[in-house]
Amino acid sequence: MITLSNIEKVYQTKSIETVALQHVNLRVPKGEFLSIMGPSGCGKSTLLNIMGLLDVPSQGVVEIDGQAITSYKDKELAHIRNEKIGFVFQSYHLVNDLSVLDNVELPLLYRSSVSASDRTKLAKTALEKVGLSARTKHFPAQLSGGQRQRVAIARALIGQPQIILADEPTGNLDSVMGEEIMNILLDLNRQDGTTIVMVTHDENMAQKTERLVRFFDGQQVSDAKVFANNLQQV
Amino acid sequence: MLKNYLKIAWKVLLRRKFFTFISLFGISFTLMVLMVASSLFDHTFGPQMPERDTDKLLFVNMMREQIKDSYTSSGPPSYYFLDRHVRTLKTPEQVSINSVPSQVNSYINNRKLALEIKYTDQKFWDILKFNFLEGSAFSRPDVESANRMAVINEHTRNQYFGDAPAIGNYIEVDQVKYKVVGVVEDVPVLRVHSYADMWVPITLKSQDFNKPGLRGFYFATIMARNASDIPAIKKEYAQMLQTVERQQPEKGTLLTSYPDTFLESIARTFLSNGTTSGLPKLYAILVALSLLFMLLPAINLVNINISRIMERSSEIGVRKAFGASSSTIIGQFLVENVFLTLLGGLLGFALSALVLSLINDSGLIAYANLGLNLRVFALGLLFCLIFGLISGVYPAYKMSRLHAVEALRGGTK
Repeated sequence: MITLSNIEKVYQTKSIETVALQHVNLRVPKGEFLSIMGPSGCGKSTLLNIMGLLDVPSQGVVEIDGQAITSYKDKELAHIRNEKIGFVFQSYHLVNDLSVLDNVELPLLYRSSVSASDRTKLAKTALEKVGLSARTKHFPAQLSGGQRQRVAIARALIGQPQIILADEPTGNLDSVMGEEIMNILLDLNRQDGTTIVMVTHDENMAQKTERLVRFFDGQQVSDAKVFANNLQQV
Repeated sequence: MLKNYLKIAWKVLLRRKFFTFISLFGISFTLMVLMVASSLFDHTFGPQMPERDTDKLLFVNMMREQIKDSYTSSGPPSYYFLDRHVRTLKTPEQVSINSVPSQVNSYINNRKLALEIKYTDQKFWDILKFNFLEGSAFSRPDVESANRMAVINEHTRNQYFGDAPAIGNYIEVDQVKYKVVGVVEDVPVLRVHSYADMWVPITLKSQDFNKPGLRGFYFATIMARNASDIPAIKKEYAQMLQTVERQQPEKGTLLTSYPDTFLESIARTFLSNGTTSGLPKLYAILVALSLLFMLLPAINLVNINISRIMERSSEIGVRKAFGASSSTIIGQFLVENVFLTLLGGLLGFALSALVLSLINDSGLIAYANLGLNLRVFALGLLFCLIFGLISGVYPAYKMSRLHAVEALRGGTK
């Protein structure tokens, strides 16, 4: 589903060159739930942004669904993101001025093939899936952290993307809420076959996924399958 | 999508009320001034009573005699010239000759009433569409017989007759009595070719008819059969002018005179050497002035918009992450800004209606009846769109250039 070949990311300022990622080779097969762990600043989020085509690598090739993403124009990248990828962020990034329903509908605004009534129907279905169908008219500020993250997940899945990239989705939540969110993601992966890549600091959450990749100083240091709390090196 | 944009635009407006107030104040004040100016322009040059068919009307109000290597003299043409050469043109449907308004005095209850009198033929009433409140215009036989009859405006009727009936009664000006046959709605002073306080038969001025000079104190009002005949009338007029006998042919007198719309004649007088129309120049100046006037408040709005971008960087990041391209973001922001401008425009309309009624009541422009009609509304809408685009393009571009990752972090780039 996603293949990263020899990815490097270097941030260049006038005086300093910061290497965020180096020699990253990673293949995420279709339907896999992969978690990425590592200390802060090790390049996890940068990697996720590159996978999500929000950022471009300094070197290397990203392939999505067998398509090498090189020299794509802004519009083409936007189209691929819209069709194939859903994002879940640690701080939810809901649009505070829009209702829950409008927030969830947002990705479909950029699909001309979906009518306004279908948009609303799909948004309601997505909210039902995350258990928030009673909150369609609420605004983000009226919701708890866990509820906001569920709205964010509904927004990520409304377009039925093949991939969901989740950047510390439970990072701002207490353990109970975190558990709830994790279960929703696991359901999505198991029932719908959605490929999920999740960056996390939480070892327990990572243990629930199928595969765990660890990073340190911009480099991939381990890659292991998870078998009922036991890791097996790939 | 549009509904979503408008929804968010409305919420953004409510979010920072002070910014919104400053923005709306700037927009509405600017648009108010432009709309008042537009209304004044329309009032002077647009199709308004009594010159309703402006697309078919031309006026001859100038005759310039230029003697080679000597003096140039210009002013309104003479009755002699208009009667012999303009009234006889073949292309127009009708030609009226009427005098330049002149001042006369009337006395009522020991109070002086200064009035503008205009001498007209019967065609004047056929060509122009006056609103008659009482009675009617004087007839062709009245003109032919030089009967002392008058049509007066509403203001004069009220001043002179008060509550007493005017029709059939006499008004005395400069010791001459005229029988009032009609009362018309006041004509604004800016309609220089039609305006007066009282109109009387032109034959009462017959002493002017045989004065042979080309310059005098008369206008011609020309009515075309249809608007497409205008160029042909102008052509025929130019050809006719070649044949007019010069006053001092041995010195090579150059005659310049054009049948123009009122706007053309203003442009020709002030913006050209008299031989070209000057109209393109006038339009260019008007557009440039409008843009210049919009520029300062637009820059102010650009600054406010840019400061608002940072507040919305997370939203931009999210929209980009979920499939909005840079051009979509530009489109969204332009729609939002045009929406804001249209709101300001609505306020501007309300403000300009207020200012226009104040101008009307102040008597600053005699008989002014400034108002917001469909033409002024359409022009105001155009100003709103231009203003919205001018003030929205740069912030929208800047917004669209935000890198998605940076935008999600809080918009540092």
